[in-house]
Amino acid sequence: MHTKTLAELSRGLAAGEYTSVDLTRHFLQRIEALGGELNCLITVTADQALAQAREADERRARGEAGPLTGIPLVHKDIFCTDGVKTSCGSKMLDNFIAPYDATVVRKLKEAGMPMLGKANMDEFAMGSSNETSFYGAVKNPWNTDTVPGGSSGGSAAVVAAHLAPFATGTDTGGSIRQPAALCGITGLKPTYGRVSRYGMIAFASSLDQGGPMTRTAEDAAMVLNVMAGFDERDSTSVEREVPDYTDGLDKPLRGLRIGLPREYFGEGLNAGVAKVIEAAIDQYKQLGAEVIEVGLPNAELSVPTYYVVAPAECSSNLSRFDGVRFGYRCEEPKDLEDLYKRSRGEGFGPEVKRRIMIGTYALSAGYYDAYYLKAQKMRHLISDDFRQAFEQVDVIMGPTAPDVAFKLGEKSDDPVSMYLSDIYTIAANLAGLPGMSIPAGFVDGLPVGLQIIGNYFDEARLLNVAHKYQQSTNWHEQIPKGF
Amino acid sequence: MSLQKEDVEKIAHLARLAVDEADIPEYARNLSDILELVERMDAIDTGAVTPMAHPLDMPQRLREDVVSEENQRERFQKIAPQVENGLYLVPQVIE
Repeated sequence: MHTKTLAELSRGLAAGEYTSVDLTRHFLQRIEALGGELNCLITVTADQALAQAREADERRARGEAGPLTGIPLVHKDIFCTDGVKTSCGSKMLDNFIAPYDATVVRKLKEAGMPMLGKANMDEFAMGSSNETSFYGAVKNPWNTDTVPGGSSGGSAAVVAAHLAPFATGTDTGGSIRQPAALCGITGLKPTYGRVSRYGMIAFASSLDQGGPMTRTAEDAAMVLNVMAGFDERDSTSVEREVPDYTDGLDKPLRGLRIGLPREYFGEGLNAGVAKVIEAAIDQYKQLGAEVIEVGLPNAELSVPTYYVVAPAECSSNLSRFDGVRFGYRCEEPKDLEDLYKRSRGEGFGPEVKRRIMIGTYALSAGYYDAYYLKAQKMRHLISDDFRQAFEQVDVIMGPTAPDVAFKLGEKSDDPVSMYLSDIYTIAANLAGLPGMSIPAGFVDGLPVGLQIIGNYFDEARLLNVAHKYQQSTNWHEQIPKGF
Repeated sequence: MSLQKEDVEKIAHLARLAVDEADIPEYARNLSDILELVERMDAIDTGAVTPMAHPLDMPQRLREDVVSEENQRERFQKIAPQVENGLYLVPQVIE
């Protein structure tokens, strides 16, 4: 059952080949047998999952099942889940039992999807390797000496190892797409404002966006149908109709205009990865697409820009963790300032502290213009580059990450080299554009992701473009040995 | 921008973060490296560019000023480190 895609499981449940309880038991057994080695889950909610599965089966018996009813999922531990520990990968929230559901969690629950557990992640989603988690590093199922990427590394490993057909992720600078690439799965970061951020623990509010991590584009389309949509509880949620993303999946690609940004194929790109991406582009040409070179001249400054905007917003967002209302509190504080300082100093890990300090510095008196204002201007230039490119092309393609999965520990002592893992993904967040990563081949036995960036609210086209490729290739069907 | 020990101590204080004395040199080095990365932005003249406030140029939505949430004080205080009579407890601030 675990080798089937979410779409296949949906059909199997509808045909009565198995029940939701069968499926849920099966995935829980796999998690028990294989999840420990990968360290990809922080919490397993077996009892709740089985209760939800029984409800899903009853609902189906009443004839009230939808396409997702009964299919189990895993949530990234950044999404608040009512009554279940929501740690955000941090000691700060190790004792936090969320008192409400995130909108994404509520919607998927209402669709009838049992929750198997909560996925490991970089602490507060700050990292590109899943090594900053308080709960330890996640291993990549393709090679357990390597990282799964981050920050949604647990979610990516869960899907790659077939421990669930679908996991939620969040993407602030590449945190869905980069781990999807490194683990050989399909990941979609929707347009900013498309999916509600309510109950998704905030890192950088102007960049954060939740999205699906699945094996195929078809599966992503099915879950995005439920995840997307206006939410009055998120002030940046967009009031715009949600199309049926499964509708246009099979549209032929003849005449599709693909933009290749020359900046995404320069120095720093692994030669093997470049070859895989070129082969994928050739495949698209065979499917009838036309390839046009485009320029994103300011893209190479997206990493510097991001490391002002994201830390600035993070320093503000994370000021709520003060040891007073919820989360970690230090022992025997001698006064209020000591309570704040030690609760935060002991509760946050080093990467989170670094980013809070960079953000605090960038926003402090005398530095605001040089850093924050400058970065917001850069953001405009980066967005304008995309605007111009999308006047000529329908989608932009390139590598998701400059290299395949790197060794555990290889970059953990050098923040700047870690930050450069997101060099190709960050620009889409700064511009608010939707982006995807799909499996496109292997280098040294490790998966390579093809990134597809679309225009605002053009998720349906991204999914169509990804689906047609998956219909004519089998990279997304490869299974890591032992899983 | 190269940060010194005193700069790190000042930033940590502003951010209300306790940092071990022994870790300060490493923070100074790492934060300086990050700032050096960030300062690559200076290569671009942005004098005439307006700052981007929102990725979609969308105005902030307004709503009627009416109560929409119910009071769940007990439920929310159940997860607090220390409460008494419906109040959050912190070390004494007024002598």
